[in-house]
Amino acid sequence: MNRTKIALSLTAALALIPMTSSAGTLENVVKKGELNCGVSTGIPGFSATNSKGVWEGIDVDFCKAIASAVLGNADKVKYIPLTAKERFTALQSGEIDVLVRSSTWTSSRDTSLGLNFAGVNYYDGQGFLINKKLGISSAKELDGATFCIQAGTTTELNLTDYFKSQKMEYKAVTYDTSGQTIDGFKKGRCDAVTSDASQLYGLRLKMDDPNSVMVLPEIISKEPLGPVVRQGDDDWFNVVRWSLFAVLEAEELGITMANVDAQMKSDNPSVKRLLGTSGDAGASLGLDAKWAYNMIKQVGNYGEMFDRNVGKDSPLNIDRGLNKLWNQGGLMYPMPIR
Amino acid sequence: MAIYDIKEAKPAPINNRGLVFWLRKNLFSDIKNSLLSLFCIYFLFITVPPALDWLIFSATWSGSQEDIVKDGARWIFIIEKFDQFIYGFYPENLHWRPLFVAALTVAFVASVKLLNNIKLKIVIILLYPFVSIVFIHGGLFGLETVETNKWGGLMLTVIVAAVGIIASFPIGILLALGRQSNMPIVKTLCVGFIEFVRGVPLITILFMASVVLPLFFHDGIDFDKLLRALIGITLFQAAYIAEVVRGGLQAIPKGQYEASESLGLSYWQGMILIILPQALKISIPNLVGSFISLFKDTTLVLIIGLFDILAMVTLTNSDSNWLGYEVEGYVFVTFIYWIFCFSMSQYSKSVERRFNTELK
Repeated sequence: MNRTKIALSLTAALALIPMTSSAGTLENVVKKGELNCGVSTGIPGFSATNSKGVWEGIDVDFCKAIASAVLGNADKVKYIPLTAKERFTALQSGEIDVLVRSSTWTSSRDTSLGLNFAGVNYYDGQGFLINKKLGISSAKELDGATFCIQAGTTTELNLTDYFKSQKMEYKAVTYDTSGQTIDGFKKGRCDAVTSDASQLYGLRLKMDDPNSVMVLPEIISKEPLGPVVRQGDDDWFNVVRWSLFAVLEAEELGITMANVDAQMKSDNPSVKRLLGTSGDAGASLGLDAKWAYNMIKQVGNYGEMFDRNVGKDSPLNIDRGLNKLWNQGGLMYPMPIR
Repeated sequence: MAIYDIKEAKPAPINNRGLVFWLRKNLFSDIKNSLLSLFCIYFLFITVPPALDWLIFSATWSGSQEDIVKDGARWIFIIEKFDQFIYGFYPENLHWRPLFVAALTVAFVASVKLLNNIKLKIVIILLYPFVSIVFIHGGLFGLETVETNKWGGLMLTVIVAAVGIIASFPIGILLALGRQSNMPIVKTLCVGFIEFVRGVPLITILFMASVVLPLFFHDGIDFDKLLRALIGITLFQAAYIAEVVRGGLQAIPKGQYEASESLGLSYWQGMILIILPQALKISIPNLVGSFISLFKDTTLVLIIGLFDILAMVTLTNSDSNWLGYEVEGYVFVTFIYWIFCFSMSQYSKSVERRFNTELK
């Protein structure tokens, strides 16, 4: 009886093992007809599920954009939720094709893990959430404020460095977990909390009265978040990098989900090269000539992704700040497609 | 001859019956107990009414987020996210499949309990896991395949626990027998495995399964993550079952072993017919104890990115339209866990009674 049971479970086990070959990632994705995209286990606005259990967020939208560029269909994505600890292994082992999981681009990750960052899809950084009762509008006025801090984190170190460099002082109320830290702020034990700006907007919504607190404009650390691919697969690296540039370029050129069909008839040479009506940008990436058209038509340009998931059309209502285009005072600078 | 009337029994004196007597006997028998009782009553008084108020009376049971006016629990969050808590990302139009398997499980448990035909029982026991896997995973008989990354919520918790319990049981028994074996290699292997697995925390095994193992199959086979976790949990649980069963085996008097040998039974005949039925019977409370703890341990799969019902609380709370409902989520999940663990312990009691052949 045991033997039969073991045989049965082995058969079931084999049925669950998909085979992957060792060809280039681009070929693999085309062959599978599906993009395996590594996302988070829940970061508001970046990758999270809605009430229908469907993945949404700016990172998720970028997965969709790659899928529509490569496969022509934004729905051909398999989302693999990963914790912070397993995300890079999952990429190294080939379980996922691309990791879009709010991962900070640092030298150690880029060099020692056998991975490459293909660009930056969100410029994050440590900011301050303060109680409006303080009556200030800039971090430079925070001298003497009380902070709720989670002990032993890099955010704590950044805060100390910032206050030292500004010759200011703060009082600290330390907690062990991030939950307790937020709770402390909620209960009014401190005037301010500090964390990555993208998270502060989510925290703000968790307050009993979100309008009693505000996020200060200053950012005191660099956290460039971007998509990651395996090192040594340059074709795939190019696809991911230029997909990102293309959605940015689309915003710069004013091409949106709604007007992309009309723009196909445009005379603007930049628009023509992006949408594939002239030039061979798509073919040299190994993609269809309409790769960028598919992305914009199905997912939208970068600005639309931002507004829908984290920006002004979402409950988070994050200020675009550094994520504005370069010609509007931000850091988003797509390389020219020509 | 004197005739004795049967007299009506008189009621006990007033201070020996009724509520007052009960109170005096149990709560206020002396000063120390009285103080303790008063303290407990006060404690209940300050905790229970606010808790009930939050849970029920001031709670928001229906409507949308704009309707929340009261200070109580906002159960609309659970209602909104209910499907995710139960099925994870399982496609909505296929929810009937896990439901069917749940019904099948009830029928399975009932039929194993009620049927007397042993051959039919074995067929059912062998068919049940196969049919369940086919229905949940699909891919056979025209059922649409639902890949394991779509499994989640309570469904995943129950699957992980059930596979862990069912698969580890036979392995655990074999390990326990191996540990008592006279064959040195078998014995060493079994002792080595049991002691190694019991020496590391489950979290380590899960991390090995999810982070380290895939690096060994670089570019080769992409092993399903859930399957890796299931194998890890099964092996972990098997080591604990082995020790529980060994306890049972050691409690069987030596005479029973000798009796089975003197009857001319082979090792396996003796074990299956004489030793194990007795050993397993006395192990039931401990076995169920370790099953219940496995059921709760399954939640550790959240650290490898599988969304069991507890991990769903975090995930559903990162929907930017529904932020800040953690408390409701955790209370709901606590309730679900309690229902499952309590039912398991009640079931174990009934199994114990059924197999109780002692003349007590």
